[in-house]
Amino acid sequence: MPDQEHRNDQVVATGGEQSPPPRRFFKRFTPGQRYMHAVLFTTFLVLAATGLPMRFSESLWARGFAGLVGGFGTILFFHKFCALVLSLTFLIHVRDIFSRAFVHREKGVFWGYSSMVANWKDAKDLFGHMRWFVGLGPRPHFDRYAYWEKFDYWAVFWGMIVIGFSGYAMWFAPFFARFLPGWALNAALVIHSDEGLLAILFIFSIHFVNTHLRPGSFPMDMVIFTGVESEEEFEHKRPLEYQRLVREGKLEAKLGEAPGSWQLNFSRVVGFTAIFIGLTLLVLTLSAYFI
Amino acid sequence: MEKALVGHSISAAAGPPRSQALAEKEDSSMTDAEIATGAKRTRMFTAGPPRLRLLPGLVAAGLALLLLAAPSPLAAQTDCLACHSDTTLQDSAGHNIGVDAGKFGSSIHGGLKCGDCHADIKEYPHPEHLKKVQCNTCHADQAAQLTGSVHADSKEHPCTSCHGNAHEIVPKSDPRSAVYPLNIPRTCGVCHSTNGMAQKHGLDSVYPSYVDSIHGYALSKEGLLVAANCQSCHGSHHILSRKDPQSPTNKANIPATCGNCHAKIAADYFNGVHGKALAAGNKNVPVCSDCHTAHAILQPTADAFRSQSTPICGSCHKDKFSTYRDTFHSQLGSLGGYVQTARCWDCHDAHEVRPTADPLSPVNSANLITTCGKCHIGANKSFVQYQPHANAHNRTLNPALYFIRLFMNLLLVGTLTFFIIHTILWLIRARIDQVRKKAAQGGKNA
Repeated sequence: MPDQEHRNDQVVATGGEQSPPPRRFFKRFTPGQRYMHAVLFTTFLVLAATGLPMRFSESLWARGFAGLVGGFGTILFFHKFCALVLSLTFLIHVRDIFSRAFVHREKGVFWGYSSMVANWKDAKDLFGHMRWFVGLGPRPHFDRYAYWEKFDYWAVFWGMIVIGFSGYAMWFAPFFARFLPGWALNAALVIHSDEGLLAILFIFSIHFVNTHLRPGSFPMDMVIFTGVESEEEFEHKRPLEYQRLVREGKLEAKLGEAPGSWQLNFSRVVGFTAIFIGLTLLVLTLSAYFI
Repeated sequence: MEKALVGHSISAAAGPPRSQALAEKEDSSMTDAEIATGAKRTRMFTAGPPRLRLLPGLVAAGLALLLLAAPSPLAAQTDCLACHSDTTLQDSAGHNIGVDAGKFGSSIHGGLKCGDCHADIKEYPHPEHLKKVQCNTCHADQAAQLTGSVHADSKEHPCTSCHGNAHEIVPKSDPRSAVYPLNIPRTCGVCHSTNGMAQKHGLDSVYPSYVDSIHGYALSKEGLLVAANCQSCHGSHHILSRKDPQSPTNKANIPATCGNCHAKIAADYFNGVHGKALAAGNKNVPVCSDCHTAHAILQPTADAFRSQSTPICGSCHKDKFSTYRDTFHSQLGSLGGYVQTARCWDCHDAHEVRPTADPLSPVNSANLITTCGKCHIGANKSFVQYQPHANAHNRTLNPALYFIRLFMNLLLVGTLTFFIIHTILWLIRARIDQVRKKAAQGGKNA
């Protein structure tokens, strides 16, 4: 309930005597981050849709899908094409981090409340959160990035390196064989395939539910599409960051525009399509194991 | 009582040639007594010279002639053709007994006299029911071969079923012949096709497969006389079941049979492990038809063939097939399409399969760079250390791969297990909180 009071204070503080107070939206993601996420999930979906039939090449749906699109020639083409796009996006992201940290001397890229790097608070939050799940404690107050969001980020980061390297090792096998022993080429497929499967299963079950389908965000968290979230949501989900901004008087600097209805509708169509494709692939993947 | 007599019919028709309908009417108008009377038959035989029919209006002259004409042996074709050249002529049972004089004359048997084959006709008029013509009187060799064959039953497989109308048979080198090389598949296909007689005996319908095969295409579209037709592999008169060790289509003989044309491939095959084993009497080895099929003969470059060939090798080489299926070669290969990935025979060779230890084997360590290099341009010594049959579940054979797989599996199972529990608990807790909160706010949408 302290959150609720706080919000009322804020409304009063901004001078809104009339009711209802205008709903305010605050910026969370820059357009660059949103586009990166869009490229990431688009290429990821294609990589998953083309990678799974290869991994489960003995299953009927894999062969049916391959037959539909024109065989593995097509599948491999799109897999490699999206791999290149995603690799490029990854490199641009890494370049951005370094330019922010070392060229623009931005504080808090590698450490602090707005960094993606895990810290002691994340460990405490994880245990606190789980205690809250089973009713043994209060819900932890999260900062700009919660521990599961950091995990998502690093899972992708690590996956990019592992899946990327093993993939390129297979793509350019004779070249990589100049530095790697022969058995590494055998290992490349095992690593690529298992890590890819982990990424697919994780994104299409854990990430979808944690970020989009859980109560509070259901059916979809629009912030990654619109870049802004409502004050109410901000305050509830990231109280520490919200309160810090209020305390430091920087909240208004984060004010954004309310998303237009076309933007919301477009985001919904894109988002639900992605979730639908993801869940379909998840079901197919599980069917390859259990049917 | 349909026992009409040939002689009677002719005598009753003294005059212009009659239609069959008329003949039947006259036949049926005869009394049983008349037919039964042997005396009447005798009278009619003497009273009806064949020429009479061809001389309408000269009945009187005919009567004069008959006094001179004694019963004479029927020998010359012209005598028989006087009646039988009417190609619509039928006997009482409805069988066509007409002979196309022109076609018969130009046939391979055109120089023979009718009596040479219809040996039981000694005189005119002849009895209605004649013995079956015995082709083996002249064609003893072929008849003997046929006797031991799958087509031995002469009732179901008379000579004419393949050679066509006995009066119109032309040499097999004549394009009109039913057994001319380009016509053989169609002739055999009469029975060996879908819903054909052979299928009713439980045999496969092979004609459609054959005509679409490269052999069938070469034969029917290109008209290649050397293209394999049915008899190239099965023989003609002495066709044996493939179960018969003497049959050219018996498993043990197939490489030699195909080798009649495909000599180089047969030689390669017999240099390989499979050919040597077959020659030594081991029948558990693949022969040509196991991979290429007997009649459809799939193109080895076609997707369908490439896809189905690996499981064929795998049906014996089970462990190698299983490890192959774990590789990228197999994963992509299973999906079909435009890119070619390595199948068994791309590396091991298709016909001249040699043991790995053999220096001539393409998978001998000395030849690997060349073999892998066929697809992987730039393959080097380290590259060919890749194991196309690695077993990630075998700790002694592939320890590095074994532990990498184990680590990846644990990582996958561990991460997912933790987060699935985490997420389910979160879902439940978040929902409870949401319901409580909304209940506190007035219970809407709780």
